[in-house]
Amino acid sequence: MANYAHRLKLTDDINTDYIISGRYKFQIQDEKELAKYIFSDLEPGFYEKIKPGDFLVAGENFGCGSSREQAPVALKASGLKAVIAKSYARIFYRNAFNVGLCLVECETRFIDDMDELELDLEASLVKNLTRGINIDIKPIPGIMEEFLKMGGVVEYFEAKGGLEI
Amino acid sequence: MRQTIVEKIFSEHSGKRAKAGDIVIAEVDFCLGQDGTSGLIIDSFRRMNVSGVASREKFCMVIDHSSPSPNIGVSDIHCKMRNFAREYGLKLFDIGCGVCHQVVLEEGFVTSGNLVIGADSHTCTYGALNAFSSGVGSTDLAITLTSGKNWFRVPETIKIICSGELSKGVYSKDVVLHIAGDIGADGATYKALELEGDLVNGFSMDGRFTICNMAVEMGAKCGIMRADKKTLAWLKKHNAAEPVPVEADEDARYTGIYEYDFTELSPKVAKPHTVDNVCDVEEVLETHMDEVYIGTCTNGRFEDLEIAARILKGQKIASGMKLIITPASRSIYLEAAKKGLIDIFIDAGAVVNNPGCGPCVGTHQGVLADGENAFSTANRNFKGRMGNPNGNIYLGSPATAAATALAGAIADPREYRRKL
Repeated sequence: MANYAHRLKLTDDINTDYIISGRYKFQIQDEKELAKYIFSDLEPGFYEKIKPGDFLVAGENFGCGSSREQAPVALKASGLKAVIAKSYARIFYRNAFNVGLCLVECETRFIDDMDELELDLEASLVKNLTRGINIDIKPIPGIMEEFLKMGGVVEYFEAKGGLEI
Repeated sequence: MRQTIVEKIFSEHSGKRAKAGDIVIAEVDFCLGQDGTSGLIIDSFRRMNVSGVASREKFCMVIDHSSPSPNIGVSDIHCKMRNFAREYGLKLFDIGCGVCHQVVLEEGFVTSGNLVIGADSHTCTYGALNAFSSGVGSTDLAITLTSGKNWFRVPETIKIICSGELSKGVYSKDVVLHIAGDIGADGATYKALELEGDLVNGFSMDGRFTICNMAVEMGAKCGIMRADKKTLAWLKKHNAAEPVPVEADEDARYTGIYEYDFTELSPKVAKPHTVDNVCDVEEVLETHMDEVYIGTCTNGRFEDLEIAARILKGQKIASGMKLIITPASRSIYLEAAKKGLIDIFIDAGAVVNNPGCGPCVGTHQGVLADGENAFSTANRNFKGRMGNPNGNIYLGSPATAAATALAGAIADPREYRRKL
């Protein structure tokens, strides 16, 4: 099945309030339900466009602002396979890998809304099938890759019986 | 040698010499959660199937973000926190105690040289006490709660030197807004900000907390300052543990150095919808405002309320204006009441909320209507932050906020310089 890129009208500095507003994070504890409200302050109806395995594509400083873990939790629960952005804010970056959401850092100018994409982590590439180009991605830090493989930091912690480097 | 303040703190807490870029496992001296993040802390903690917490003394939860609860969903989260605290014998500060960062400071939980994390992005506030302190997510916090440690990437440091003398009506909030406007919302991502200079030394501790509080608005992992006589006196007054002041080496390596002279600084305003969209107050004078909010972990301290009271004393707010004032903690609230500030606010036409985060997070106590403009002393003006994506938020100092409440539109607090 083909998987597509989704872009918001806003490119840079997409903060965690935009990903999931404080109004919803306090009222909804079920993550599938929470996922329905992602970006609802910015672009109502955004959630409906996402099919399982699709990608969210953004510019610089994605996930800036508050430390709310509901932001990566809701993105993951929405069915997104990964976020692809030029750069990330640090708390969000940690939180995403901690909850098992894959973040890819690369040049995103060459990805338009609804381009067909394929992510190849082994080869460190995002393939834009619509445009016929391959985009190099920055390597994911070792410890984060481990979290991702195991599904998150809780699973990692349980398996190893603690934190190790 | 050649170490910055944060490199030294990470060396001390990881047991090996740490330099920027290293990944280390470090002991954490204190950690905290609030009602927006503790529900997930508890979920993650339970999922780990661990036997208990590493240290009861090194953790607390504060009910501040939506406090008292405005609806059933939030009430359930508060209940979950109270039950968890009871089950493990943990410290919990319930409704009315205040904003978590002010509570943690006043309780003396943090001292110079500490390494602190909090499941709240404005945990960076404690950097003013010469501690490394940074915001994390709930799961990271749960790991520290059970193990007493976490892993960190030691950040590079940007040095910011602030000098000059501020005019009457210009404050530390204006200084940090200017820096945020200059550096940008991602100008310090992953990095530590070391703030120093005559101007920083001249600020009270309240003023310094305001500056470190906003480090995260530039993407920084922390803001940090040296410990001086004021810091040590403050720690003593609040019965904090014995401070271990940490200074940078003279040949420490910085990834950038910014120097500012703030002598001619105007009061600053961050316009909607980003914190780095900063201008001089002159540029937005007379912009109509429907609501003014004075409070938060940025500017809800006693000094802030006192400045607002000097401007509001004997005056009435503009017709149609909603002025909401929220002291950051119970002790600030009490002091403000004893010194007559609360009387001044109520006489002026303000609503005084219980201590907590107030309308800053948009869940209660002052949600905006479509098209309304608010002037707030908080640290964020993102679209929807105050509960309505069709509202607009401007940020500034308590003085600018008070002057604006009287005028019904953005006003220059220097007009009141004789009162300040």
